[in-house]
Amino acid sequence: MTTQTNENNIIIQANDLSIYYGSFRAVKNVNLGIQRNKITAIIGPSGCGKSTVLRAFNRMNDFVQSAHNDGKILFHGQDIYAPEVDPVQVRQMIGMVFQKPNPFPKSIYENIAWGARINGYKGNMDELVENTLQAAALWDEVKDNLKKSALALSGGQQQRLCIARALAVKPEIILMDEPCSALDPIATLKIEDLMRELSVKYSIIIVTHNMQQAARASDLTAFFTMDEDRAGLMVEYGETSQIFTRPKDKRTEDYITGRFG
Amino acid sequence: MISDPFAATEHNRVASGLSRRHRTGKIWQAIFFSATVIGLVALVALLWTVLDKSFSYVAIEYKVDPATLSSKPLQELTNAELVNLLEANLSKNRFRTLDRKQTLTERTHADLLTLIYDNIVEPRALASYSMSQWIASSQEIRAEVAEKYPDAKLEFRAWINGDFLIDPLSGDPLLVGVRTALMGSLFLILITIAVAFPVGVGSAIYLEEYADKNKWYNRIIQTNIDNLAGVPSIVYGILGLAIFVRTLAPLTSGALFGNADANGRTILSAGLTMALLILPVLIINSQEAIRAVPNSLRQASYGLGATKWQTIWNHVLPQALPGILTGTILAVSRAIGETAPLIIVGAATFITSDPTGPFSKFTALPIQIYNWTTRPQEVYRNIAAAGILVLLISLLTLNAAAILLRNRFSRQHA
Ligand SMILES: Nc1ncnc2c1ncn2[C@@H]1O[C@H](COP(=O)(O)OP(=O)(O)O)[C@@H](O)[C@H]1O
Ligand SMILES: [Mg+2]
Repeated sequence: MTTQTNENNIIIQANDLSIYYGSFRAVKNVNLGIQRNKITAIIGPSGCGKSTVLRAFNRMNDFVQSAHNDGKILFHGQDIYAPEVDPVQVRQMIGMVFQKPNPFPKSIYENIAWGARINGYKGNMDELVENTLQAAALWDEVKDNLKKSALALSGGQQQRLCIARALAVKPEIILMDEPCSALDPIATLKIEDLMRELSVKYSIIIVTHNMQQAARASDLTAFFTMDEDRAGLMVEYGETSQIFTRPKDKRTEDYITGRFG
Repeated sequence: MISDPFAATEHNRVASGLSRRHRTGKIWQAIFFSATVIGLVALVALLWTVLDKSFSYVAIEYKVDPATLSSKPLQELTNAELVNLLEANLSKNRFRTLDRKQTLTERTHADLLTLIYDNIVEPRALASYSMSQWIASSQEIRAEVAEKYPDAKLEFRAWINGDFLIDPLSGDPLLVGVRTALMGSLFLILITIAVAFPVGVGSAIYLEEYADKNKWYNRIIQTNIDNLAGVPSIVYGILGLAIFVRTLAPLTSGALFGNADANGRTILSAGLTMALLILPVLIINSQEAIRAVPNSLRQASYGLGATKWQTIWNHVLPQALPGILTGTILAVSRAIGETAPLIIVGAATFITSDPTGPFSKFTALPIQIYNWTTRPQEVYRNIAAAGILVLLISLLTLNAAAILLRNRFSRQHA
């Protein structure tokens, strides 16, 4: 699979990546180069390994005991699975936002300050909290009660708080695994707008099962599907406009036109 | 005409067996309700017997009736008047011996009263009738006492009272107090918690957060802990005797710390044995509390570049703490009431000095209660009942304290 991208602009690259759970191969032979400061969407039918690939990018799969990989993931050219690499550091640089909003059961302020503090942030914490909340478009809604429990926020607000929390650690890449699937349409649009703003500074990879979302909010789209052996594979990767208007592969076309499954 | 949708053929009451389904539900509800009632009745019966026996009418015979000693009740006399009473009613020698032990004029009021009771009044309880017996047949009891014990007086007595709490153990049922045993139990529980809590929570953290559950040795550890929770307490007593009292005697007796005349039958040995006893339950409860912490919380933490320990310390433990505390309360409550292992590791049945440190000889509430119930005299039933009340109250106090603590933690993290 070749993509019409400028090679120096690649921030993270999967080379011949296969991911196994025990002996089950969940994803096979993925070659995917993620571009800096772009929003890349990963779409495909459920169970095709989108989340699995996403979690491989910041080594969250390490917590699944049976999971192991073949191939390489290069972050600025460095293999993040090399033995000398500390996975904690990888997750610092490659943040993650999960499907279900999962704020800590602490105050709004503390949700943001904690990650920065454990990673050794020494600057002005109030400033950082304000800046990240601004960046996550949440500041105006919460600035008067930063001491309030984060659990009292609405689902959409919680998800933006989780994004702000990830920003506070100053990552380069933000991984989002179906971040809007638990949200209503208005909250979803807010997050999409937010992603657009964030892409100026960050590279974003978003897994979504919502094709309109991918079409609306992403620059590039990777389409995954499942082989006969249930292993996921990447079918096509390119500019979002091209994928949705002139797909090269029959399987992509079937999927985006709704003729799949 | 509008047709009745409820009469539609395949949905009508008879066809779908609705009345039968409702009836089954009602029957089960009744069964569950009666189960609750049975439990409640048993609890009330228990409390009633204990309370009934804690207050009784006692036939007491005095060598010298306290009413004849002074015009005022003895409690209201001053220290000086009490000393005068002692001097007037005791032989010169006896008075001087007492004075030499500890100068009488320097003794406390309570001390002097005890002396007067012990040496002059010398009351003897001849028979005791519980409140319910008294209410049912006070006439017969009066007649019986007048006939059998012509010199005795029938007096109402609340066995659980201030003196009972602060007096040390005594051979005299009318003067006996529970302080020694209460202090013993409190000391014991402190040692038990201090040892079992950190060890138990630590093991639970290891087993839940670190141990690879697929490894055979971790599975063996887990299976063993689960089974140890069901081992009878007497077995732990035997274990404690072998390990703490005998093998580790130099340590548990305090010999290593310069405590000369001591053996291993100390409050420390007993506390360690109790800690061993509650450890499996504590570990299992803590494990469950830790397991109940949602994985999404751990993932959120790891996703921010937290290490395993930062995740455990900042998120898992605070979230699990209320559950861990509840589990600890349950385990410690069990330890407070345990008797068998204490008997085996050698709690004293009669001792009048309070425990002063981990190497003290000691007794404990359940030991004394057991001891009192084995005595033949009727009054000891009353004393045992009062002892049980003290035990129940300390248990409730401890639980209330722990629940308050727990609620504070869960509010902080809600
Ligand atoms: N922790 C796991 N252990 C074992 N198999 C898993 C695990 N997570 C996902 N899988 C399997 O891997 C495949 C891909 O799952 P996933 O990446 O969640 O798909 P998607 O996100 O595209 O719906 C599925 O067949 C799923 O059953
Ligand atoms: Mg998924």
